[in-house]
Amino acid sequence: MNDHANTTDSAIAPASTRRPSRKGLGWIALAIAPIVLSGCQIPGFGINEGVTESSHKVYKLWQGFMVTGLIVGGFTFLLIVYAAIRYRRRNNEIPRQTQYNTLVEVLYTVIPTIIVAGLFYFTIVVENPEVAVIKNPPAKVKVVAFQWGWRFSYPENPKVNIVGQTTENPELIMPVGETIQVDLSSLDVVHGFYIKEFSFSQYAQPGVVNKFDFKVDKVGEFQTQCTQMCGLYHSLMYFKVKTIPASDYHQCLTSSNSGDEFVACANKTTPALYHRNTATQGATVHHG
Amino acid sequence: MVDTLQPTTEHAHGDDHGHDEHHGASGLLNWLTTTDHKIIGMNYTVTSVVMMLLGGAMAMLIRAQLTVPDGGLVSLAKYNELFTMHGSIMIYLFAGPFAFGGLANYMVPIQIGAPDMAFPRLNALSYWLYLTGSVTMLLGFFTSGGAANFGWVGYAPLSNAVNAPGAGADLWIGALILTGFSAIFTGVNLVATIFYLRAPGMTMFRMPIFTWNMLVTGILILLAFPVLTAGLVMLYCDRHFGTHIYDANGGGSPVLWQHIFWFWGHPEVYILALPFFGMVTEIIPVFSKKPLFGYKGMVFATITIAALSTGVWAHHMFTTGVVLLPFFSFMTYLISIPTGMKFFNWIGSMWGGQVQYTSAMLFAIGFLLTFLIGGITGILLASPPLDFFTHDTYFVVAHFHSVVIALVIGAMAGIFYWYPKMTGRFLNERLGKLQFWLLTLGGLLFVMPGYLVGLRGMPRRMAVYIIDPTWQNLNIWSSIGGFLMGISMLVFAANALKTLKAPKTAGPNPWDGHTLEWFTTSPPPHHNFYSLPNIKSERPTWDYFHPDAPALTHDDHDPSHVPGAVKADAQ
Repeated sequence: MNDHANTTDSAIAPASTRRPSRKGLGWIALAIAPIVLSGCQIPGFGINEGVTESSHKVYKLWQGFMVTGLIVGGFTFLLIVYAAIRYRRRNNEIPRQTQYNTLVEVLYTVIPTIIVAGLFYFTIVVENPEVAVIKNPPAKVKVVAFQWGWRFSYPENPKVNIVGQTTENPELIMPVGETIQVDLSSLDVVHGFYIKEFSFSQYAQPGVVNKFDFKVDKVGEFQTQCTQMCGLYHSLMYFKVKTIPASDYHQCLTSSNSGDEFVACANKTTPALYHRNTATQGATVHHG
Repeated sequence: MVDTLQPTTEHAHGDDHGHDEHHGASGLLNWLTTTDHKIIGMNYTVTSVVMMLLGGAMAMLIRAQLTVPDGGLVSLAKYNELFTMHGSIMIYLFAGPFAFGGLANYMVPIQIGAPDMAFPRLNALSYWLYLTGSVTMLLGFFTSGGAANFGWVGYAPLSNAVNAPGAGADLWIGALILTGFSAIFTGVNLVATIFYLRAPGMTMFRMPIFTWNMLVTGILILLAFPVLTAGLVMLYCDRHFGTHIYDANGGGSPVLWQHIFWFWGHPEVYILALPFFGMVTEIIPVFSKKPLFGYKGMVFATITIAALSTGVWAHHMFTTGVVLLPFFSFMTYLISIPTGMKFFNWIGSMWGGQVQYTSAMLFAIGFLLTFLIGGITGILLASPPLDFFTHDTYFVVAHFHSVVIALVIGAMAGIFYWYPKMTGRFLNERLGKLQFWLLTLGGLLFVMPGYLVGLRGMPRRMAVYIIDPTWQNLNIWSSIGGFLMGISMLVFAANALKTLKAPKTAGPNPWDGHTLEWFTTSPPPHHNFYSLPNIKSERPTWDYFHPDAPALTHDDHDPSHVPGAVKADAQ
């Protein structure tokens, strides 16, 4: 009934005086409301908090970006659909030939600029500590990628080298609770060193050594693989990250005479109850 | 011939029927030797649409392979060739050439009231270089080593002689050099034509927005393409003449290739996007019966996007560890501001209008909605911490496919809008609307699961994903979306074939258009015009047919709101 009245109303009103009805704007507000209100319990939008110090901050940044994106995108989306439906053709009248509106034009320049400035600010706040490296890290690992496998070696004990090709799935052991620095490079082509639960990736490149720090706070096993197209067996270039308590890590590392021994020792310290798909729910390790 | 043929007379063309230039031996010779921008534009359009269908067929194979974790449809090696050639064909041989070689070649001279492009023979050379380059690239499939297989970005050193020894890689490089020169020549032609061949009265700020976009695109081509071509020559030297430009072991730098490639590649994103922005910006006001809202702001936004696009290339390289993250992040954010302005210009053009749902308009609206998704996710990726964990996953694949699917939808808008001008015939509207829903919904169904599976960690360019079979469900949904898009293209092909022989009923101005191409016959005569209207605004044809409905600028608002008038009252 209401709709019908509306249509008649618009048909009578000359096209040139048509304006967005209050009712229409109300609908837009109503549609956006759930997104705004759900801000109290912000979902993860497809990712989780991860298991490193940086990944927790990245998670918050992601949430902030997603909420902003949904509000801005949702508003624009609804505005497009609203304009297309509300102003659908009803007769052959020539509408008012409005071409400029200074206030509107200023608004849609200034408001996005403010939003973007905010996004950039929060980006920098998260990014700077994430890419910073400390001078004397308590743990170090050298990661070398090659077609199609990985070599992990530990400067703390030169006898420990873990090498594996394609689905041999070599294990990268890392300590929990203290900073480990990764030296990443490649022997041949560009590879992608990516750990989903760390919310991080970096290229392994020939001629470039990339250094970055992780401070992991959960024990667990994280299955991953090369992400940058690197040739025939790119889709089979696996590796696995295993995080163990820092004390066990150092004890195993110093006592091992080979990579295999190190892996065996690390696996003994943490029972294999952390399956890869539940890895992110791994227990937090408290050091005392 | 009468020199003042009115745009409403169409009899001449009815009589011509049967002597069509596309038939007979003389027709073929005409086609081979032509320098007419309209025939070259048609050649470009048809060739690039065929390329799109080929690239699309490869996409269908890729999507079929990904419906199961362990593949099995094609080998690992063939899969690498398929996604490399799919990307290469779509970017190098379809999107660009369709826009700046096809529709722009046809429409820009007519939109500014010119008889042809500034350099007609150079224009013909552009097309033949493009066709030769396209065939060259495709020939890779017939070499013993197969086609190029290192991704459409050809990252060094995967593309060097050791890792990609086959002739397919050389053909790929050769093809890009050929099509690169083709693009450069087209860029020169567009810029020269727009600067020097505008009709009397057609000032810069009376140019149709599509022409503005093509001018800016032309300038971007001249900035970007020579860099890529030079980079490819160096890559070829590394492969065959013993140089070590991109070889870390020989003192070179593999990262240099990425810089060169993306210094071309990011402006290229806008070289691809701006023409389609332009098409949609022509179409929305026409089917809303309104002038473009904020015309001058739109021109400013276009120029700003182009200027900024030359300073954002390293946002493709955030994970290399060797670029200044804050700078490239900031520049990338800035580019979202003029892009956002465009959205509000498009909405403002519909606002208060009479929106007519032709197929062309539906595609234009579909473009807005799809491009919005790609734009918003692009802002997420501009943040390095967020790019780190989405880089090289399907999240990025879904992001840029949202953008390029929007461009394909925009291309369809352009085709449905200008087909009557180019052929004198309408495409079937019913099939057009069917295609619209298949393409738009299929496109959304294709990209949305891609975002999710990317966040779950699925890397791109994976022939098999036995590492995590839980990705399968989302991949199946993506593939269904992809197949719907494939079907939509079959509907389009059927539509084009069906209307090929339809009667020429379009007339000169079927859409009540704004710009000069709607003032001449459909298709336009040799050298385009028998007469021109007075050009007093950016809508000369509209002004001619609607002298009582000019665009209202600031000063033409309700007089009581004019600052001067208020002042006068106060005094």
